[in-house]
Amino acid sequence: MSLDAATIRKQFPIFEREIDGAPIIYLDSANTSQKPQSVIDAISRFAETSYAPINRSAYRLAAEATDAFEGARVKAQRFINAPAAHEGIFTKNATESLNLVTHSWGRSQLNAGDAVVLTHMEHHANIVPWQMLAAERGIELRWVPLTDDGQLDLTQLPQLLDGAKAFAFTAMSNVLGTINPVRLLSNAAHAAGALAIVDGCQFTPHNVTDVQAMGADFYAFSSHKMCGPSGVGVLWGREALLEEIPPFLGGGNMIADVRLDGFTPAELPAKFEAGTPPILEVVGLGAAIDFLDGLGMPNVRAHEMEIARYAIDTLTERYGDDITIHGPRNVEVRGATLSFAFRGIHPHDLSQVLDQRNVCIRAGHHCAKPLMRLLGATATARASFYVYNDEHDADALSEALDGASDIFAF
Amino acid sequence: MPGLDDLYREIILDHYRSPRNRGELPPPAAHAVGHNPLCGDEIDVYLQVDDGVVSDIKVGGQGCSISQSSASMMSQAVKGKAVDDVRALVKKFKGLMSVEEVDGDEPAADVPLGDLEALQGVVKFPVRIKCATLAWNTLTEALTEA
Repeated sequence: MSLDAATIRKQFPIFEREIDGAPIIYLDSANTSQKPQSVIDAISRFAETSYAPINRSAYRLAAEATDAFEGARVKAQRFINAPAAHEGIFTKNATESLNLVTHSWGRSQLNAGDAVVLTHMEHHANIVPWQMLAAERGIELRWVPLTDDGQLDLTQLPQLLDGAKAFAFTAMSNVLGTINPVRLLSNAAHAAGALAIVDGCQFTPHNVTDVQAMGADFYAFSSHKMCGPSGVGVLWGREALLEEIPPFLGGGNMIADVRLDGFTPAELPAKFEAGTPPILEVVGLGAAIDFLDGLGMPNVRAHEMEIARYAIDTLTERYGDDITIHGPRNVEVRGATLSFAFRGIHPHDLSQVLDQRNVCIRAGHHCAKPLMRLLGATATARASFYVYNDEHDADALSEALDGASDIFAF
Repeated sequence: MPGLDDLYREIILDHYRSPRNRGELPPPAAHAVGHNPLCGDEIDVYLQVDDGVVSDIKVGGQGCSISQSSASMMSQAVKGKAVDDVRALVKKFKGLMSVEEVDGDEPAADVPLGDLEALQGVVKFPVRIKCATLAWNTLTEALTEA
């Protein structure tokens, strides 16, 4: 393996914990990731020594806190290769980032009859905000279908994009693990005169992110899936776009002036950051970026390709037709997030049985109900691997599945 | 941690394997749909009430062993019962699932649960309580409609 997961695991205190006298096999990182000691320490150290308001007080402690907060913004900028730090907006999570886009960009730029293109593999966070906008503004939503092996079916893409104002798509499916050809999709959007709005929530924790190479106009991601704390997400947007659109939430920090007859919004990024932000969490995100940079994102990707290949091969060899792994087999176009169906056993029951062996997987619709309908399921089981997982975890999963057969053998 | 034997009793697996009263009833039977937002499970309850008695019940939808077996056992338990007795049974079952208090003086206190007792192991797995109660909440909705 290109990363030594055993060594990495030692940096995550949660893996010292045992349940029923045995270690935890955590295979739910597509849901939320575990936190390394360095992130935990960064948050507590900041709270213990440097915590103060940011951007609004004149004393030295406040200046120090502001530096730490803005330092994290620069780290985030470099991590996704954004042209400028002030194009990165801190939000509550990737869901809020996408809602910012539909609210501020969508409401100011779209009119009845305008079309927005989405895909069949989107998370609810990149569906429902558009549906809310569609209900309010009468815009049309169009859907890119999928191929049988869970990739985007691009044969009709030019027709779908014809006349569309935006193409909003995930860079990596949280269910299928599919990694989409973002650059190609952005180019197609731009050729049709549409914006490329990219949900990078699943992609960024596992891959080298370069928003410029991707050709993205907006890019959303979240801290808690990339070893950082929950409570903070990022929306990156091209400066010209962010300048053009109105603010999202109103309140303190986002204004240059407030009069009785109105207000003037602040400059970027404050324009989109109303109220006191998640200060501790942003500092924690900065530490998570340092942690991932230390591992090297190309190594993270290589590691996950290896483990995805190993897990797919192991499960397929052992269970043959009794297991259906959704999404592409080729690890060049997928991450280490594996949704599967096993011997007709309901995912909830599967997860319950696996939990007896401390194997933590997700069972459910993964906030992607339209995709579930396409797969003909109400739910799937999903095992997702990260930097602290290795082939032993895949073996443990494979072994534990056998236990489920004993109970539900009919 | 409680063992899986507490959860997956043989009678539960039997109802899961061979669910009773599966199907649909045409209107004017009452129909309610219940969703478990956690796992996406769906349950359809069709209820025919004549002269204050549940004369027929059918259950549709899909879900895990606990939600499906609970629905199956429920359909058996309420078929042919007076609506008031059904409501008392719902209350008693929710008491078993620790989601509702049953007072010793209430009529529900005396309602026999029969096979449904097998589901009491679910309480040891709190995440699954919603699976077990899904059919019952849907039944309550269908009763309001009937």
